[in-house]
Amino acid sequence: MSSQVIEILQEKRLRSQKSDNPFVARSHYARLNKFRDNSFKIVGIISTLFGLAVLGYFLIDIFIDGVSRINWDFLTSLPSRKAEKAGILPAWTGSAWILGLTTLIALPLGVAAGIYFEEYAKKNRFNHLLEVNIANLAGVPSIIYGILGLEVFVRIMGFGETLLSGAFTLALLILPIIIVATREAIKAVPNTLREASYGLGASKWQTIKWQVLPAASGGILTGTILALSRAVGETAPLIVIGALAYVPFVPSSPMDSFTVLPMQIFNWTSRPQAAFLVNAAAAIIILLVITFILNGIAIYLRNKWQKKLI
Amino acid sequence: MAKETYMMASEFVLNKSRSSELIIPNTKLETDVVAQSIKIESGRQLADIKISSKNLNVYYGDNHVLKNINMSIASNSITAFIGPSGCGKSTYLRVFNRMNDLIDSFNMNGKVEVDGFDIYDKSVETDELRKKIGMVFQKPNPFPKSIYENVAYGLKIQGIKKKSVLDDAVEKSLKQAALWEEVKSDLKKSALALSGGQQQRLCIARTLAVEPSVILMDEPTSALDPIASAKIEDLMTELKDQYTIIVVTHNMQQASRVSDYTAFFYMGDLIEFSDTKSMFLNPKKERTQNYITGRFG
Ligand SMILES: Nc1ncnc2c1ncn2[C@@H]1O[C@H](COP(=O)(O)OP(=O)(O)OP(=O)(O)O)[C@@H](O)[C@H]1O
Ligand SMILES: [Mg+2]
Repeated sequence: MSSQVIEILQEKRLRSQKSDNPFVARSHYARLNKFRDNSFKIVGIISTLFGLAVLGYFLIDIFIDGVSRINWDFLTSLPSRKAEKAGILPAWTGSAWILGLTTLIALPLGVAAGIYFEEYAKKNRFNHLLEVNIANLAGVPSIIYGILGLEVFVRIMGFGETLLSGAFTLALLILPIIIVATREAIKAVPNTLREASYGLGASKWQTIKWQVLPAASGGILTGTILALSRAVGETAPLIVIGALAYVPFVPSSPMDSFTVLPMQIFNWTSRPQAAFLVNAAAAIIILLVITFILNGIAIYLRNKWQKKLI
Repeated sequence: MAKETYMMASEFVLNKSRSSELIIPNTKLETDVVAQSIKIESGRQLADIKISSKNLNVYYGDNHVLKNINMSIASNSITAFIGPSGCGKSTYLRVFNRMNDLIDSFNMNGKVEVDGFDIYDKSVETDELRKKIGMVFQKPNPFPKSIYENVAYGLKIQGIKKKSVLDDAVEKSLKQAALWEEVKSDLKKSALALSGGQQQRLCIARTLAVEPSVILMDEPTSALDPIASAKIEDLMTELKDQYTIIVVTHNMQQASRVSDYTAFFYMGDLIEFSDTKSMFLNPKKERTQNYITGRFG
């Protein structure tokens, strides 16, 4: 590959030396610059391909292993000691419960906090401190949230090792992301819109409710969905708060014990039998599909939102 | 500099009963010029005062933006604010509907009265004030909603829900803003799909729907082409029978065409304030002369 590059460059130089066009790069410095331009482009392409290639290899490998295992029974069966009979019903319903509950908890809290920072908070040291801390929270390892959730929700608040505890824990985990997304979306709302509303005698809350939030909703939703697609893959904090590896039933209330897809995958990959690895691969495909769908919705909303604001 | 003199000149002689106590009758020479130009109503050489400011100082942080402004604005007339960029025209305009309150560093002292009432009194709700003192902005800023929703918004936020009331108000306001004929077939259309000139008339309609008595306009035609601007100017002339209009403009022709009174600001000072005709034909201050003839600014 690199020898080809050199060839192309050399050929270009020869051509430029022969030409009488006054606009070709002739000086040593100009040619060196051109060379730097081109080499950086190549470094950039290689860097991009590196990540994609590894991911691509992984995806293909998983796909080959798992895709034939996916069928209706796999989606609707309970786990089992026999790999061929085992399914992911409790796992994906658990994940769905967690996603729903987490959204219900994190969205209102995150949006309210975002609105507070952008529309109400005075620019003083206390609020600045809060802001910095929230940004930091986004970087706290998820297992720490698990320990926090175990102490606060499972024990102190007495929710036990349930979906509710799991949802609260993950809600805390993604709260900073939603707050930041809300703030960015609110910042992007043109001030002229607020002034128009205030100018007609609207109160602050009316302005926020009828103008700011609708205009920011695309950005808020996009951020929330991206945060949820992170939450759906989280395993560590849920292990800590006591999600089960083996759940032979479909959870029917927030106070049920539960498992989630990544837990099921983790569980199967740690079994020695090859058939369970196939099951794991199949479950990974399902998890990836969920994540891709979530991301797809987020991208769709973002594009739609951008168009609307311009 | 004879600051005192032009401060006095800017006071109108008037006798509106409610506001009479805030007017200092002038005996100085300049007063006559001002008084002459004021519309002669029922044989009196007097005009009603809608808005007045006394010893008004405005600061943004340490920046002293308006310096001791004393001025009275006649009702049912068009008053133009002119002056070079950054002289404080918009700031002064936004004092009247307390829009500056939204800016953290804003600070002021002095008195501002509308219909004789102190609008910076503690008991005043800015929401209520802004329903009475409407504003049209430099860049048309319709809400990203339908034409109908834009006009109805000001009423809906007052809790008016009845469709027939809203329908009537929307139609009336759009007619007043000379936009009805162009949009009546499709009120559900997004306001953003209108042309810039139509959008600005929509913004005026939206303001009228709330039934204010004063309309503040900050360079309302600066983003529009001459034809759309002319329409807005015509509209202003039509509206002044019912409303008191204050317009900020950088366009000297516009000021001389539409306004009854003109105030010239320079670096936070009110330099000259008189009826538009004498301001443009016979400016008292050299600064004013230079500015309106385009020699600086
Ligand atoms: N939000 C603000 N915060 C701080 N300073 C401001 C703010 N708005 C205006 N100023 C300052 O106040 C002064 C007057 O500004 P203002 O907008 O009233 O001028 P203007 O006469 O309307 O100018 P233009 O003709 O350019 O619109 C300027 O020095 C400006 O920098
Ligand atoms: Mg301005």
